[in-house]
Amino acid sequence: MNLLIDKYHNNVDTVVKIAGEIDAFTAPQLRDELLPLAEGKNQSIVISLKDVSYLDSTGLGVFVGLFKQLKKNEGELKLVDLSDRLKRLFEITGLSNIITIATN
Amino acid sequence: MNQVMDYIEMKIPAKPDYVGVIRLTLSGIASRMGFTYEEIEDIKIAISEATTNAVQHAYQNDEGGEIIVGFGIYPDKLEMMVADYGQSFNFIQTKKELGPYTKSSTVDDLAEGGLGLFLIETLMDEVRVSNQSGVTVFMVKNVSGERENHDQTISNREAN
Repeated sequence: MNLLIDKYHNNVDTVVKIAGEIDAFTAPQLRDELLPLAEGKNQSIVISLKDVSYLDSTGLGVFVGLFKQLKKNEGELKLVDLSDRLKRLFEITGLSNIITIATN
Repeated sequence: MNQVMDYIEMKIPAKPDYVGVIRLTLSGIASRMGFTYEEIEDIKIAISEATTNAVQHAYQNDEGGEIIVGFGIYPDKLEMMVADYGQSFNFIQTKKELGPYTKSSTVDDLAEGGLGLFLIETLMDEVRVSNQSGVTVFMVKNVSGERENHDQTISNREAN
């Protein structure tokens, strides 16, 4: 099971695209790739979850950790392209109240 | 009344590498049982959370070791048991720390763990935890046709 993480920078944001399953096995890899992005001040990160086929609390924990780190450095996090199912997962855990989820 | 049950058991190393394998087995079993696609996706999360908990507790005790996952297949429900033989965790204490984040949560309150058990309880119809010699999580999901009005899947649950 592979997790594919694609990153690029434009003038405004760092854009990250994730494909595959995010679980206990792949979440550490995701954390290792994402946290360094939050190190500078005012970092703006947009993450597309369009091709994420599985997500549970291990992945949610990575996003929470990233969010906290960004907030500390006055940055921003936005999650986009969530399926209805993923959106509901953020809603029932209450995380959609805290992390910006793009609505379509 | 005795219900006829088919039983499937798997023993896996207590490593995160194999949580996905449990999910695949669960998919195979549940799709034979008349669960909807959404229900199967919910059960996949619950069993992954339980297995992940067992892996993490085995790690904490430096034990490595093995996890046992059992599936009890009935005509109208699926029972699942995930057991390891390491330290038990305090279910009641952990349960107190559970719950969804609300608008009033501050950044400092955000815990990066702890959602797992909350998700299991939200997505499953019945959950039991045993504290004797090791952590055992027992979960039940009823097949829709027979259920009362507890039709909560991630798709149709009302947002808080």
